[in-house]
Amino acid sequence: MLINWYRFSSPVSFYPLAGTAAHVFGVLAALFAGAGLFVALVAAPPDATQGDAYRIIYLHVPAAWMAMFIYIVMAGWSAAALGFNARLSAMMAEALAPTGALMASLALWTGAFWGRPTWGTYWAWDARMTSTLILLFLYLGIIALRNAIEDPRRADRACALLALVGAVNVPIIYFSVQWWNTLHQGSSISLTVAPRMAMIMVAGILIMTAAAWCYTIAVTLARVRAIIVERERGATWLDSLIDLRPRVGGGKLRA
Amino acid sequence: MSELLAMGGYAWYVWMSYGAAAVAVIVEVAAVRARRRRAFDELRMSAAAPATPARSIG
Repeated sequence: MLINWYRFSSPVSFYPLAGTAAHVFGVLAALFAGAGLFVALVAAPPDATQGDAYRIIYLHVPAAWMAMFIYIVMAGWSAAALGFNARLSAMMAEALAPTGALMASLALWTGAFWGRPTWGTYWAWDARMTSTLILLFLYLGIIALRNAIEDPRRADRACALLALVGAVNVPIIYFSVQWWNTLHQGSSISLTVAPRMAMIMVAGILIMTAAAWCYTIAVTLARVRAIIVERERGATWLDSLIDLRPRVGGGKLRA
Repeated sequence: MSELLAMGGYAWYVWMSYGAAAVAVIVEVAAVRARRRRAFDELRMSAAAPATPARSIG
């Protein structure tokens, strides 16, 4: 079966597809989160040395993974936006930045509340933590840069450039625990060797990661739909959407 | 139940983490919904009179 994928690079055909996908992934995110939280808070036993404090791992690791991964995806869309001058790619990059900032914030926040009972401090200027803080600043900088530039197409290019330059930070975060002597530990889960922790704990982290993935996809697609409506105004296909979505509690604005 | 809430003495750390995650998700979903509503409001307005787009980070 042949599918013309280029069709979906146009906002007209992408808009309804994104709406359906956002709903599907939203439901999946809720299901994974329910199962993941059950494992994280109820089913998994306390850790032998950290007691129940270790349960923060089920949020901390998925949030930190997503913060890095969203940045890579955002940089990829930014490269496409610059290379092909594709406006939908730029909108995808724009839609990912706030969720990336949220994941980076959560990684730092949960890390602080895990660090205090285990290391005795909420924060240290350790390489892993500092580079993750820079990741958060990059997300915030990209959001601020967009808001500072009036013309959306110019903002697309400026933000894409900043996103691509900032991508150098992602490998620094990832390898920081190997390159430097950090307070932060190395990874306990890897694709190549058996995980150094109990299976149910690994399962909990993976389920919560699946929830974070589905959540990110759902919320990003919902946001990109709003961005399409903001930016494609004046297009006739978009104006026809007004009729499809009457205002609840008074459709008086329909001129 | 109270055992779950007590988190073996680490309640402050565990629940500050899970609480922050819950708040973050609720706030982000609400922000996206508000942004979508605003976008459609502006679309309706501009159907009558064209205007410049508003900016937001939601």
